Amino acid sequence: MSWNELLLQVIRVITLQDYNTRMVMLGTGLLGAASGVIGVFLLLRKRALLGDAISHATLPGVCIAFLIGVASGGSGKSMPLLLSGAATTGLLGGLAILGLRQFRRIKEDAALGIVLSIFFGLGILLLTLIQQIPEGHAAGLEGFIYGKTASMVAEDAVLIASVTGCVLLVALLLYRPMQLLCFDEGYAASQGWPVFWLDGLLMSLVVAITIVGLQAVGLIMIIALLVVPAAASRFWTHQLPKMLPLSAALATFSCLVGATISALAPRVPSGAAIVLIAVATFLVSLFFGNVRGIYWSWRRHWRLRQSYDREHLLRDMYELVELEREQDKAGKLGPTDVSISIEVIEKHRQWSHGHMMRALYRLQLQGLMLFHDEGRARFTASGFKEAARLTYDHRLWELYLMKYADVDPLRVDRSADDTEHALDPEIMESLKVMLDKEWNGKVPPSPHPLESVPSEGGKR
Amino acid sequence: MNESLPPFQFYWELDGWIILAGILCAASASLLGSFLVLRRMSMLGDAISHAVLPGLAAAFLLTGSRQSSLMFIGAIVVGVLTSWLTQWTKQIGKVDEGAAIGVVFTGLFALGLVMIVRSADTVDLDPGCVLYGSIELTPLDRYRIGSWEIPRAVLTMAFVLVVNVVFVVTCYRQLKITSFDPALADSLGISSKVMHYLLAALVAMTAVASFESVGNILVVAMLIVPPAAAALLTERLSRMLVVSVVLGIVATIAGHFGAITVPRLWGYSSVSTAGGMTIAAGALLILTILFAPKTGLLSSVGKKWLWGVRVTGEDILALLYRQEERGEAGATAESLSKQLLLPRRNLWFYRWLLGIRNYVRVEKSDWKLTEKGRMAAQDLVRSHRLWENYFASEVGLTNEQLHPPAERLEHFTGSQIRKQLFEHGPSQEVDPHGKPIPPERDKSS
Repeated sequence: MSWNELLLQVIRVITLQDYNTRMVMLGTGLLGAASGVIGVFLLLRKRALLGDAISHATLPGVCIAFLIGVASGGSGKSMPLLLSGAATTGLLGGLAILGLRQFRRIKEDAALGIVLSIFFGLGILLLTLIQQIPEGHAAGLEGFIYGKTASMVAEDAVLIASVTGCVLLVALLLYRPMQLLCFDEGYAASQGWPVFWLDGLLMSLVVAITIVGLQAVGLIMIIALLVVPAAASRFWTHQLPKMLPLSAALATFSCLVGATISALAPRVPSGAAIVLIAVATFLVSLFFGNVRGIYWSWRRHWRLRQSYDREHLLRDMYELVELEREQDKAGKLGPTDVSISIEVIEKHRQWSHGHMMRALYRLQLQGLMLFHDEGRARFTASGFKEAARLTYDHRLWELYLMKYADVDPLRVDRSADDTEHALDPEIMESLKVMLDKEWNGKVPPSPHPLESVPSEGGKR
Repeated sequence: MNESLPPFQFYWELDGWIILAGILCAASASLLGSFLVLRRMSMLGDAISHAVLPGLAAAFLLTGSRQSSLMFIGAIVVGVLTSWLTQWTKQIGKVDEGAAIGVVFTGLFALGLVMIVRSADTVDLDPGCVLYGSIELTPLDRYRIGSWEIPRAVLTMAFVLVVNVVFVVTCYRQLKITSFDPALADSLGISSKVMHYLLAALVAMTAVASFESVGNILVVAMLIVPPAAAALLTERLSRMLVVSVVLGIVATIAGHFGAITVPRLWGYSSVSTAGGMTIAAGALLILTILFAPKTGLLSSVGKKWLWGVRVTGEDILALLYRQEERGEAGATAESLSKQLLLPRRNLWFYRWLLGIRNYVRVEKSDWKLTEKGRMAAQDLVRSHRLWENYFASEVGLTNEQLHPPAERLEHFTGSQIRKQLFEHGPSQEVDPHGKPIPPERDKSS
């Protein structure tokens, strides 16, 4: 296919010129919106996988409906009959989950798993039974649980539209009690809401969506639409009124994009494409969501680490330079004249070489330090000033800890390290008033001066 | 319907191996499942059963063969990946366990589906049943070891069971602490993270090995249902492990026999054994829910009922005592039913109960206390009036408020409490209404 043809194809799909594409887009889009909304309630109710359990619980209903259909003389494969069977056992499964939850020792996830496995086991058992009756070439039945989005017709779309419309309407009408139910079940009950029946109602909404979705788009996709967009929306907001439309929008977006990709690319099943797009939106939200996204917290963490490194390096350098100048009897060495071997600083701080070089490089960029080829570093004038300020603060804080918190002088350096980054200027100001009686803003001597001369002397 | 079913037969050669494979699967799954249920990760088994698809597809696409060992490795890799990705999503994104599982397994399944369908013209790989073995077929595929011919599924599952048992036995303490209190575990130097990932990896291995040898639904059910039932039966973890393994084994045996016999009642031949085992596990769970000694429905309903009977019986005795005290004649059923707001038909039951325990005898429809009944009633009335004294003097209730709390507490009060009430009460002769407090009986006589 040439680029031109591809472009034409894209335009055809996006502008919905095909009847089939139009139906698929409409159907999946609506389904996405409804399941996005219900998914939020499920997520907050900590029942995200309810769709999973219910969709498995529909299988025995389908089988029983088929058996009833055959027993009453038909072929058994009438869609309304099978759907109502599916809905019946789906609801029964939901009720069983609510019932199991009455036991303190059976938790939410166990209740879902119990219903899922037992109902599905019953379904499997009935399928093998059906295979034994002459009418029961069960292939069509198994096909029922794997929908085919690509071949959606207007009737399917109308069914989806009416069901999702009802679901959305109920969800919006019962917004307030649902909100209470999700955030504080006990409070909802104390306000006189019938918690059990609200749960049951939520359950029936899920059953409705699952049945329609199963038949239209398949098992895995309907589970994904109920879970993934809701989980993704949580990274962007804490507020339910914003979460609901956001989750619906994400779900609809995934459906439309997924369906488009499936229409364009040969042999990409639309259900799978939709799920993959939804998972991609989840990953984007996980990383970049402005409320809980991990990129932002990583970045904050990284910046904090950097500022710690900067302060530690400047202070260590200051102490080494200080020692060097004390040992210079002539007293001619200025603060920017002394250069220190990088190896010595590394040993002092116990950093790896790479860590050290990265920190040094950043300080050089900020114009605070210079380092040159022989592996030595020295302060610039502004760097020395900044280092003196930091050291002054650090030592004041050490003095304070020794004097008022009775910290051992040998350990005070570590204790001060832990807390000093969190001190704000106001506290430093009051420390200054309290402790700085003799130095007038000059750096006080260290309570634990360096004893050994660094292995290499300073150079001019 | 098959009119000419062959007569029912049980072959050790076939059914024995099927049951053994089922037992091995059930035991290994319920053993690990107990920890999954405690850690609220029950849905992991189901998630893995869907999520292994890309592993199968990748193994197939890489090697171009459907050789089962490679598929098995691919599935295990993706199974472990599923549980690890779930943990990662849960921890790093602070997402709910369920939501994390949902995101990971649907995504992986979709990926696998795309991989398979994209290469469909070169591949003969059915997404539905690549790895899903069937427990009925286990006796057919055998390995010869010495002079024994053992089904491969039995060997695989026995290996899995041994690994699981060794893991649970050696890491029992660590598993226990990390399951109940991860923070405590970390402070004791046991990494809850490492235990979590190890457990998840073993669950993945167990699940995949079971898919291949006995089918997926069996292991998904056995990971959850027997442990949940065991949790209702006992509070100790060690007992829970044993009970859940035993329940799993019982369900397996019952399920197989059920699957090959019950359908014959309606003229069908046997149905899915794995389905039968799952249903049997479900039936065991329902039995547990009904009859568990402490948590069961029947026991809690029964306890309430027994308590109600006891309270009503005691109320009847106390009422008869007070009537005697006032010098009134014995009560009729009608007056009792009026005063205690009790339906007449229930009184027959109490007449029988109190009569058989020799508390009350009924002469010409008059209810009278026996000597034994009078003594029991005396204790009750003494408790009641001592409580009234106590509430009047210590709590400061008015005379009108005294009766209801005393009426409730009299049923819970033994001689020890009566003694204390007696020593603290202001008056030892009469209650606030001026009625005499009957003396404490001498128990030794």
